Amino acid sequence: MSTVEATPVVPAPTAPPVITARGVSKRFLTHKSKATALKERVVKGRGLGTEEFWALRDVDVVIGEGETVGLIGPNGAGKSTLLKVLAGILRPTSGDVDVQGRIASLLELGAGFNGELTGRENLYLNGALLGLSRRELESLEESIIGFSEQGQRIDDPVKHYSSGEYVKLAFSIAVHVDPDVLLIDEVLAVGDEAFARKCLAKIAEFQRAGKTILFVTHSLDLVETLCTRGIVVDHGRVQYDGDPVFAVHTLRKILGTDRPVGAPEVQEEIGGHVVHGAVVSSTRGGPRAGRFAAGDRLHLRVDVEVVDGPTVHAGDVRVVFMGAGDIPIFGLRTPEPLPARAGRYAVDFEVEVPRLNGAFIVGVQVDEPTTGLPITARRFDDAVWVETGVLPGILDVPAQVQVSEQ
Amino acid sequence: MTALPVPAGDRAARASAQGRIRWELLSQLVRKDLKTKYQGSTLGFVWSLANPLLQLGIYYVIFSLVFRNGIPSYHVYLMSGLLAFTAFSAGVTGASTSVLGNAGLVKKVRFPLLVLPLSSVAFALVQLGLQLPVLFVIALVSGVNFFHLPLLLILPAFVLLVLFSTALGILVAALNVRYRDTSHFVEIAMLVWFWANPILYPVNLVRTQLDPHHLFWAYFLNPMASVVTAFQRAVYQTPVITNTNTGLRTALLADGGYLFYLRNLALGFVITGLLMLFAVRTFERLQADFAEDL
Repeated sequence: MSTVEATPVVPAPTAPPVITARGVSKRFLTHKSKATALKERVVKGRGLGTEEFWALRDVDVVIGEGETVGLIGPNGAGKSTLLKVLAGILRPTSGDVDVQGRIASLLELGAGFNGELTGRENLYLNGALLGLSRRELESLEESIIGFSEQGQRIDDPVKHYSSGEYVKLAFSIAVHVDPDVLLIDEVLAVGDEAFARKCLAKIAEFQRAGKTILFVTHSLDLVETLCTRGIVVDHGRVQYDGDPVFAVHTLRKILGTDRPVGAPEVQEEIGGHVVHGAVVSSTRGGPRAGRFAAGDRLHLRVDVEVVDGPTVHAGDVRVVFMGAGDIPIFGLRTPEPLPARAGRYAVDFEVEVPRLNGAFIVGVQVDEPTTGLPITARRFDDAVWVETGVLPGILDVPAQVQVSEQ
Repeated sequence: MTALPVPAGDRAARASAQGRIRWELLSQLVRKDLKTKYQGSTLGFVWSLANPLLQLGIYYVIFSLVFRNGIPSYHVYLMSGLLAFTAFSAGVTGASTSVLGNAGLVKKVRFPLLVLPLSSVAFALVQLGLQLPVLFVIALVSGVNFFHLPLLLILPAFVLLVLFSTALGILVAALNVRYRDTSHFVEIAMLVWFWANPILYPVNLVRTQLDPHHLFWAYFLNPMASVVTAFQRAVYQTPVITNTNTGLRTALLADGGYLFYLRNLALGFVITGLLMLFAVRTFERLQADFAEDL
């Protein structure tokens, strides 16, 4: 099976580091073995067995000014712990964390509100916790309340707020206190769509202003589209650190979601076809190549086996190039099906690379030619890079632009 | 909102503003306590006085009217010690649950956690600040004129009260996160501790028992005993009282001078200093896991 080269790429920090974590480990002691009562401690003395759990192991992360980092990983991988350690909320068991500047954090639900206090009172309390003076908060009060869309509700105790209203106020405070570092843990999903858009717009504004953003999320599309860097955490260790597209692929591999739902882990001979490999290269049947420019010749060799069995089908081989978020960009197919005869076939495609921008991966599917039903499918996570223009967007469109005085 | 990257020097200042214990933050937390404890009621001021006044009333009725201890202006004597101890007891008890009670903040925001027990002690001091004028008015109305030199003793006594409450508060706040019954223990300890101070009884009762063994000094290993006796000397001031019926003179306060009190307070400061070192170190060691233990 082909794999993404998951060598951790630590980009040389070009910008001055804002968050520096060196050799950070975090150990938790499990509750059952821990004396939670002073009485117990006195009765049992020091001889309590401690069961420990390492949520983080020897993590090195340096985040530079202006980076937008997506922290991804399976549930229980240590993402939130890492975020809390970087935020200075949890102290690491060993290692050092250094943060430059003001940190605003939105962790899980809420951001340190007291339910009894009104929204406005919480605004002042939270602002004070974030290091702002009363005078600064007075000047920000109006815009915070405006952004949070709370209106009159701002003077209700926050215990009466819905989770959406809660997050709106929390997010509004966090972005208005002019933080140098914004830490977000899976909260954007709570607000309604209109607010989510507003949040994303605000985040984009932060990016333009050169602020550092670090967020934990399970929405991988967001990582691909928003982040400049992705960090994959699993079992308390950094598994990958680098390009967001690669990070997402690495995570999908860990999660096993790199295959369609229901697809078997090992390619079985369903109807007698096995896709052994798909290699992108710059010459026919040549070694793997990863980078192309528009107009280059791109060769793709798909290695398919038609396995002997009680029923041997013919098969249409289809290839899809997919962009970020698995959006299909373009497809190719064999003009005629593979013969219904056992053997190993090399299917060579050749295309002129279109004017694309970004990273793409290849999915291969073999269909039964008459019914069109899929026999087998497999995706390959070796990303192919195409760099044509510098403008954002998948497609680089040639255009004429004229500026004339009217 | 500024759209430009902040210069690095400015960033360091902002980071330190977030990591430092600031008055602004302390006052916001005290304000929060005032609001949540009294539910924003306009009678909050009255509530903060109700408890000690009720206590005072009960003790006065029992010990002065029922038992007839014959101490003139007993309520002033009683109140000067009682208010100091109540502030200590309320501060430490409040501090013991301060981290636990603010779990929502501790788990979500980076801020200096030491400010939590400090705010509980500060809250108790704010209440003391409201109560002291009442004491002064009652004393004056009762004909106890305290505008004499001994009143100055209230200053070092007050400082020791603040520091000792803070040190103990920090310690129990940290322990209570790890050992959840610490706050219950503190409550019971305060009931016992109350009687270890000469608040209801004259300190001379203790003196006559301990002096033959040369152990009277050991009574003041409890810094609160030094605070309480100094408060009494500062407000009540009269060291020896004369029974109007029998003409019998009994010593009520331990000493009629200043040195005795200053020496005891100095001992209290030394003990408090050691406790403070231990408390802050314990707190800083344990706070690493606060966000997870809550």
